[in-house]
Amino acid sequence: MKTENYLRLTQFYQNYATVVDQANWSAWLDMFTDDCIYKVQARENYDRNLPMAALSLTSKGMLQDRIYGITETIFHDPYHQLHMVSSPLILSESDTGIIESQANYTVLRTKNDGIAEVFNVGRYLDRIRITQDSIKLESRLCIFDNEMILNSLIYPI
Amino acid sequence: MSHENRIPMTHVWEHEDTSRIPFWAYTDEDIHKQELERLFYRNHWCYVGLEAEIPQPGDFKRTVIGERSVIMVRHEDNSIYVVENVCAHRGMRFCREKHGNTKSFTCPYHQWNYDLEGNLQGVPFRRGVKQEGKAKGGMPKDFKTSDHGLTKLLVAERGGVVFASFDHDIESLEDFLGPTMLSYFDRMFNGRKLTLLGYNKQRIPGNWKLMQENIKDPYHPGLLHTWFVTFGLWRADNRSELKMDQHFRHAAMISTRGSGGKDTQTTNVSSFKESMQLNDPSFLDVEVEPWWDGPTAVMMTLFPSVILQQQVNSVSTRHIQPNGHGSFDFVWTHFGYEDDTPEMTERRLRQANLFGPAGFVSADDGEVIEFSQQGFEQKPFHRSLAELGGKEIEDTDHMVSETLIRGMYAYWRKVMGV
Ligand code: FES
Ligand SMILES: [Fe+2]
Repeated sequence: MKTENYLRLTQFYQNYATVVDQANWSAWLDMFTDDCIYKVQARENYDRNLPMAALSLTSKGMLQDRIYGITETIFHDPYHQLHMVSSPLILSESDTGIIESQANYTVLRTKNDGIAEVFNVGRYLDRIRITQDSIKLESRLCIFDNEMILNSLIYPI
Repeated sequence: MSHENRIPMTHVWEHEDTSRIPFWAYTDEDIHKQELERLFYRNHWCYVGLEAEIPQPGDFKRTVIGERSVIMVRHEDNSIYVVENVCAHRGMRFCREKHGNTKSFTCPYHQWNYDLEGNLQGVPFRRGVKQEGKAKGGMPKDFKTSDHGLTKLLVAERGGVVFASFDHDIESLEDFLGPTMLSYFDRMFNGRKLTLLGYNKQRIPGNWKLMQENIKDPYHPGLLHTWFVTFGLWRADNRSELKMDQHFRHAAMISTRGSGGKDTQTTNVSSFKESMQLNDPSFLDVEVEPWWDGPTAVMMTLFPSVILQQQVNSVSTRHIQPNGHGSFDFVWTHFGYEDDTPEMTERRLRQANLFGPAGFVSADDGEVIEFSQQGFEQKPFHRSLAELGGKEIEDTDHMVSETLIRGMYAYWRKVMGV
């Protein structure tokens, strides 16, 4: 991998964390291609090849509907997210500009009146399309280690 | 009222009926312990899993009944056994894997070994050691392995669903469910093999009964759940029925989807969003299945341990696993049927986005349960109100009623002796 691409990729990962931490949902949507996949799946399902996921969105339209859901329709306790994302591990890179990579993440949740708690930990498993002037997620699987989700998971991680 | 007598010392159900529910029913640890004994460990069939989770001989799954860890395992002869996960020697919870395949169970501490039915097979150094021609130590002569098996539970299975009971003097599963519930149970589990799609698990900081109540409360879905209202999946003007077993402990909420959209019933419902349009309508790409036989949603509460869900094409079991009076784990097992096409499997998976801890609809339920518990804890001398549709307990042909909650507490009072 070209050093320059690695830097762009690293910047992309950190930017993703910032965008979701700031609840900047339009910027979040922009980080995906139109035919994208976004899943949040328990490690147990992933390891056992069971397809069920806590969230399984298979088009950009679904991602948009999710954003509408979390901002307009789902009642939930307000909270902030703070993501700590490791530097990416490159798994493969094709001549056509497709990178497969992964990174570990920790998401801390802070509720109103509350203290930060470890909300979700896991790894991103990604397919990323990189061109001269853009870098976007074709697919992001968030495979989380937690046996239990702490009540509910509203925002994207 | 002085401050002291605001905290009830003994538990008296002060109201004449169950249209008022005292908060101590949710906040008291002794009540909770009594519930485990009387509802989960005695006289009630509790859910343990699906046969599809343990398809091969030797397959096992670790789960719980109430707060007791148990193992569901398939024997070589294909029958299913359920044993308690506590070693007969020194009490260790020996099984640490969540699932797997085994020929027998061995407790790592001192290697006591049990067969899949829970019988003790062998004990290391049973005859002691030989030193200078003499046997030293070991178990006494009168030690019998047959006296020291694992606790064995009674098992009942129907339509691929497995229930177990610590109590061996229990009515049949069919009698426990009663004819009405049984007919809805058999509708969903009609003999076709089930296929396992996977799990969703959440820890909800609220009393476990609140989840039973949530699915006995047809008042909230059309109000709290904007998604349901707007797309007509569940709203007050849908054709619907509420039914109970003869003891009022189990219930079914049966609903048939309307056309959605705006009408006189929804204009004053604040959660109705007229302008809401899905960017990707495949979330709600519903295909009518022959086995539905009419209703598009049947939500069954089998007291105390499980909820059986059919919401259009999404089918699941939801297992209630209490941990203390103020928290429970809620485990969703999504499944399909052996004759599902790949498209139907996709459809079930897509619609599952509405349910579970991140669901468009169900995420709200976990949240309101958490905040209900907060209200109870701060005001334990108070009570909640369940008077919608009157004070009676009866089946209805509409859903503007809290009759199922009143029914559940009438049964609860009888069993708990309060
Ligand atoms: S505690 Fe299990 S063998 Fe000793
Ligand atoms: Fe609900």
